[in-house]
Amino acid sequence: MTDFPAVHPEPVPVLALGDILLVTLRGDLYDGAAEQLQYDITQRIANSPVPVGGVVIDLSGVEIVDSFLGRILAEIAASARLLATRTILAGMRPAVAITLVELGLTLPGLDTALDIDRALALLGRAPSVVRPATAEEGA
Amino acid sequence: MYVVEQDTAPEVAEQLSEFLKRRREQIAHRWADAALFSNVFTVSRDEAVEAGRAVAEALAEVARSGRLEDIEAPGFDMVRDQLGRMTSARTQSGYTPSQIAREVAGLRAPVAALLRAEFDDPADEGMHACLVQLTVLMGTLRLVVMETTINAGEELIARQRQQLLEVATPVIELWEGVVAVPLIGTLDSSRSQIVMESLLEAIVERRARYAILDITGVPTVDSLVAQHLMKTVAAARLMGAECIVSGIRPAIAQTIVHLGIDLGSILTRAGLADALAYALTQQGIAVSARPTAGADSR
Repeated sequence: MTDFPAVHPEPVPVLALGDILLVTLRGDLYDGAAEQLQYDITQRIANSPVPVGGVVIDLSGVEIVDSFLGRILAEIAASARLLATRTILAGMRPAVAITLVELGLTLPGLDTALDIDRALALLGRAPSVVRPATAEEGA
Repeated sequence: MYVVEQDTAPEVAEQLSEFLKRRREQIAHRWADAALFSNVFTVSRDEAVEAGRAVAEALAEVARSGRLEDIEAPGFDMVRDQLGRMTSARTQSGYTPSQIAREVAGLRAPVAALLRAEFDDPADEGMHACLVQLTVLMGTLRLVVMETTINAGEELIARQRQQLLEVATPVIELWEGVVAVPLIGTLDSSRSQIVMESLLEAIVERRARYAILDITGVPTVDSLVAQHLMKTVAAARLMGAECIVSGIRPAIAQTIVHLGIDLGSILTRAGLADALAYALTQQGIAVSARPTAGADSR
């Protein structure tokens, strides 16, 4: 825990999927990177040429969320709402959810989804997977 | 815990150790007929003799170290292993610890008789000292056996408790995307923790949108358990599933209100059926009675 990286950690990439911003968090997120992410997302929303339809933050690759990251996530959602955009947390693991609840961070006002697919569906975008049942009916 | 026996003369302990070592064959043969050894090793007497020899040797080891009253003495490790298996066999056949202790006490008489035979003069001072030491040693042995018995019992109870917790919290899939935990019996803190964990795991596994927590079978909750239920609901929401609590009894509802716990954010339904109906309706699934053939003909 004491050996902080000498160089700044890689910033988390914010991908634009149509009018949706997709952020995939992986592994440990350093505090600096989390703050940078918050800045990046708000900038992207504000400077986007088309209105941003929503922000999806994928947490499925995250093992540990501390109170700091929990607060940052809540702040990202709050500032996104001020910029007229919804934020959806997707793919939170049970252990992470339990930790956040134990910390008292229930993240009210934040939308959640089981995975990115459902997050996109929540934002009114069609799910990418065609269900096999529908295909059978058509045949 | 370990009190040094002040009047333990090292040479007496040494003498006792020598005796136990020298006579271990005879001791083992006599023990093989004792209740503790003979009843457990029903397969063959040789096995009983073998076990008796090992125990006698271990006792000699303890006597040589001079720690006659110390149940932590290194020599007893061997005894623990050997007698532990025997006593657990006895416990499983329904013996109480005191009965086992009595059987262990029965081991002393044959050894004492052998020891007495070593000396020509029945009023020998050395013999008396030796007998006292032997009694002390056998008393310690009894303690060691008791400790092993109790430990084995505790391990069994802990294991069963764990199994009970796992068995008592089944997560079932009521519909595609709807999982439920029907809880029956008293909830305590550790059980509600397991409920939370297994429900969240099931949400991931079954990709469930709705999780129903049915507490129809729960007679009472305390504030800690109520908090746990709230946490479960909050955690399920964080994972992107909606949690519905159903079957809250009037008494529990009153408790929750008395405790001042805010249920405002929590979705509740009267029964499991209502909760399922809600989950289905939310998913756009309508359940209607299908006209049967009999109804058609009318």
